[in-house]
Amino acid sequence: MASSSETTRDLPEPALAREWLETMTLIRRFEERAGEMYARAKVGGFLHLSIGEEATIVGSARALREHDYLISTYRSHGHALVRGTPPENVMAELFGRADGCSGGRGGSMHMFDAARRFMGGYGIVGGNLPIAAGLALASDYEGTDDVTLCTFGDGASNQGTFGETLNLAALWKLPVVFMVTNNQFGMGTSLSRHSAVTDLQRKGESLGVPGMRCDGMDVLDTYAVLCEAIARVREERSPVLVEAVTYRFRGHSMADPEQYRSKEEVAHWRERDPIPAFGRLLVADGVIDEDQLAQIDARAIERVDAAVEFAEASPFPTPESLYDDVYVLDPSSSGWYSVRTTDPRRDAEESTEPLAFSQARDGDEVQQQITDALAREERA
Amino acid sequence: MAELRYRDALNAALREELSRDERVFLMGEDIGVFGGAFKVTDGLLEEFGEKRVRDTPISENTIIGIGVGAAMAGLRPVVELMTINFALLAFDQIVNHAAHIHYMFGGQVRVPLVVRMPQGAGHQLGPTHSHCFEALFLHIPGLLVAAPATAADAKGLLKTAIRDENPVIFIEHESLYGVRGEVPDEEETLVEFGRARIAREGSDVTIVAVSRMALTAERAAKTLATSHDVSAEVIDPRTLRPLDLDSILSSVRKTNRCVVVEEGWPHGGVAANIAALISEQAFDDLDAPVRRVSGADVPMPYSKPLEDIAYPHEPQIVSAVLETLGLAAPATATATQTGAR
Repeated sequence: MASSSETTRDLPEPALAREWLETMTLIRRFEERAGEMYARAKVGGFLHLSIGEEATIVGSARALREHDYLISTYRSHGHALVRGTPPENVMAELFGRADGCSGGRGGSMHMFDAARRFMGGYGIVGGNLPIAAGLALASDYEGTDDVTLCTFGDGASNQGTFGETLNLAALWKLPVVFMVTNNQFGMGTSLSRHSAVTDLQRKGESLGVPGMRCDGMDVLDTYAVLCEAIARVREERSPVLVEAVTYRFRGHSMADPEQYRSKEEVAHWRERDPIPAFGRLLVADGVIDEDQLAQIDARAIERVDAAVEFAEASPFPTPESLYDDVYVLDPSSSGWYSVRTTDPRRDAEESTEPLAFSQARDGDEVQQQITDALAREERA
Repeated sequence: MAELRYRDALNAALREELSRDERVFLMGEDIGVFGGAFKVTDGLLEEFGEKRVRDTPISENTIIGIGVGAAMAGLRPVVELMTINFALLAFDQIVNHAAHIHYMFGGQVRVPLVVRMPQGAGHQLGPTHSHCFEALFLHIPGLLVAAPATAADAKGLLKTAIRDENPVIFIEHESLYGVRGEVPDEEETLVEFGRARIAREGSDVTIVAVSRMALTAERAAKTLATSHDVSAEVIDPRTLRPLDLDSILSSVRKTNRCVVVEEGWPHGGVAANIAALISEQAFDDLDAPVRRVSGADVPMPYSKPLEDIAYPHEPQIVSAVLETLGLAAPATATATQTGAR
């Protein structure tokens, strides 16, 4: 790990350094607000926050070129934001709205932005590693020098796909940077209780994948190590494994009472909070002054306010859209792709369309009937 | 028309599609140097090279996932799994990713992946190598499922599968690889998804039969005609998703009786599904309940006499048809009839 002495570090160009701080701050404020919205029942399902891991996200993603692929996990809001997905669309996805970046189909765990080459959040631990290898295969197949950055947690390093994919990527020389974000816990099980080898950068050695490590609480070190890793992978077209050592300040999800760790441990890591540390460094180095530091935070809060406002105003997906994008339909085919039990578009008596049959009549009416039934269930 | 083995028809489809589209490539265990466990990919490595025909390690979940990622990035991967039983190791990637990515990410990306694999009993391979899993894949929205019974359909459906924009589960049958059939010579002869093959026309009863059972049902229909004076219409759906329910319903409206035949298990099976759809859509046209003939509700046993009675043969189908017509069934067939009883 690089030295953490705050006044002797090599900073990037001032504009870049400022942007890194702005983006880390945006992710922090976004995640805090997402947690509030969850508590207010605006967000459903699970909500996994990246608070504490912002340097890992920004330091690694900024080492990529625009055309490189990024693929992450169910803790993926920050990865969408760092790639430039507007916070409005990320928040709208959390709210389950039509303007969500996955159209309200994915939710917190399944953010996606194809245009910005953010190839998704994935809900299954370790599920994204083979997909990363496939993206990298496509880059080589088409003769580009693109690289894929695949992030996953320490818990995923115990999945079968970890061993399988690292072996295959090394065997086929695929340009993937596998980045294990070691936040010290696989859900509530600490690293030393879930992995026989806790020096995670070494876990690829027997599979032919060399390891590196960065201080994931330090955006400069993360950036420097990832630049080295990515340059090597781009040049050699062969994978490396980078361990980013970090800490998640909040629970695994919003449903986590955090009984597996002490308040002292969390407080200890919070002293190394990557955002104030980088802010102090920029002030000390004269890149920004204290006023500008405060403005960066205020702007992030404003941006998140706007995102919440946008998400609130965005409509829910229509009942008519329930079956959209299950298939890429061939209009010439007369076969049944789906058995539609709630197709609101047609009356069953008038059925001529071969794709569907209907038990329902009208989309709004269906929605209202279901809402009423749910209300009755809750009262019961 | 050339007469080709089912295996060679598949090989021709792969060769033609590899030649037609640079984005098409093959991956799988022992498909290259070895030529494929069932020799379907024989000669393709020599013809197309290592970039297009890739031997993989034994890592089923990961090679399917690599196919998903490559498809998302614009390629047209065709992954071979050595048998359908090994697909269970890849169910995470097939269900959570291949099937759901298009929907889960709001239609931003497509997964034009083909997963080819054979199924089927009859080779004494016991409980881990003999099953028929059409129903598992049919169950999952987002997947298309093809199960060709003839050489012509094997070729035509595989070419369509490779050109389709959805993930396709392409289910071959181990016992059919050596079976010969007429195959059109023209390269552009595709078989459309969602269009059933009327294998035999008839007026007394409709037999819907899937995968290898389509051939067994055709033999049963001949016996029914010659020995029992029964005119059976045999329908091979060819693809289970999309399903040509219209052709099945038209036939049932004509014959008013239906037997559905599959090699897989009865509970939650393909036949159960088709029977339910017929009951929902054509109840008033039925003169008798839809009857099923399926594999026995047991893991496939190794011992030959047990294996033989654990999946359907011609006598069970003949017996079921006679019963649904209210005619006495021959005692010998009843003794070995399987299915949900």
